[in-house]
Amino acid sequence: MAAAPPEDSPLHQFVIQPLVPIHVGNADLSFTNSSLFMVVAITLVTLFLTLGMRRQNLVPGRWQSMAEMSYEFVAGMVRDNVGSAGRKYFPFVFTLFMFVLFGNLLGLLPYSFTFTSHIAVTAALAVTVIVGVTLVGIATHGLHFFSFFVPKGVPVALLPLMIPIEVISYLSRPVSLSIRLFANMMAGHTMLKVFAGFVVLLGFLGGWAPLAMDVALTAFELLVAFLQAYVFTVLTCIYLNDAIHLH
Amino acid sequence: MDLQSAKMIGAGLAVIGLGGVGAGIGSIFASLISSIARNPSARAQVFPMSMLGFALVEAVALYALLIAFLILFT
Repeated sequence: MAAAPPEDSPLHQFVIQPLVPIHVGNADLSFTNSSLFMVVAITLVTLFLTLGMRRQNLVPGRWQSMAEMSYEFVAGMVRDNVGSAGRKYFPFVFTLFMFVLFGNLLGLLPYSFTFTSHIAVTAALAVTVIVGVTLVGIATHGLHFFSFFVPKGVPVALLPLMIPIEVISYLSRPVSLSIRLFANMMAGHTMLKVFAGFVVLLGFLGGWAPLAMDVALTAFELLVAFLQAYVFTVLTCIYLNDAIHLH
Repeated sequence: MDLQSAKMIGAGLAVIGLGGVGAGIGSIFASLISSIARNPSARAQVFPMSMLGFALVEAVALYALLIAFLILFT
């Protein structure tokens, strides 16, 4: 493992610092800045939804319609991708979406920490999704679930080749799901810091060009933050649909 | 060749894959534009799909970038 990057490195923003050290045996369970921002994200989501729906007006105000829009957005996503069988799993998908979205958006604030830029966090989310989806599939179909790995309309001679490919592609889903989110967040935030470094290097006269670029990149990162939360949840819905409906 | 310059060259080679990503994103938006031009009422159904495709292709770019970062900073 490499040493912690120096203070002026673009990667310094991703360093995890323990705030409240907790050690149980040999395990390091410290409350870190990553945990702090997860708590902040969950608090913000809870406040956003509960306070937004405090006065349930028939004609919603701005805040209430934001809360309703986020609910309606995820509900539509589950309905379009999984169908009515997915209604049971809507609370999980909605929680996942809001957690990832608020994590991505909180990371855009200066001096904050992006917990979704760590593979430990995204891999834990992705593994939870995949294991949960597989269990749902086995619970719904029993052993018939494993017919998922046998593609339809393939000659029997090709099956010894096709089944391992299907199994490998199924097992690589959590890998691609977690790396996509974490690499997007890490690369975007590193790029912002690299351009901010150019502002200092070029000084007062030439520094305006990278500064303008940084402003544009921040807008782009806002889009990416939303898009990656959307992609993460839409792929969760697609995997859930595969498990419930088997092709 | 010393290690530092080999790392620089390797990081440069690692991001060659971005050429394919550029072609992919271009192809996604080209077909999005032509499909909306042919049938403007399909916009609401086609646009989310193109955004999904864009995000999936962009992720490939970031895998390449990640390898470059790993080469440079570890």
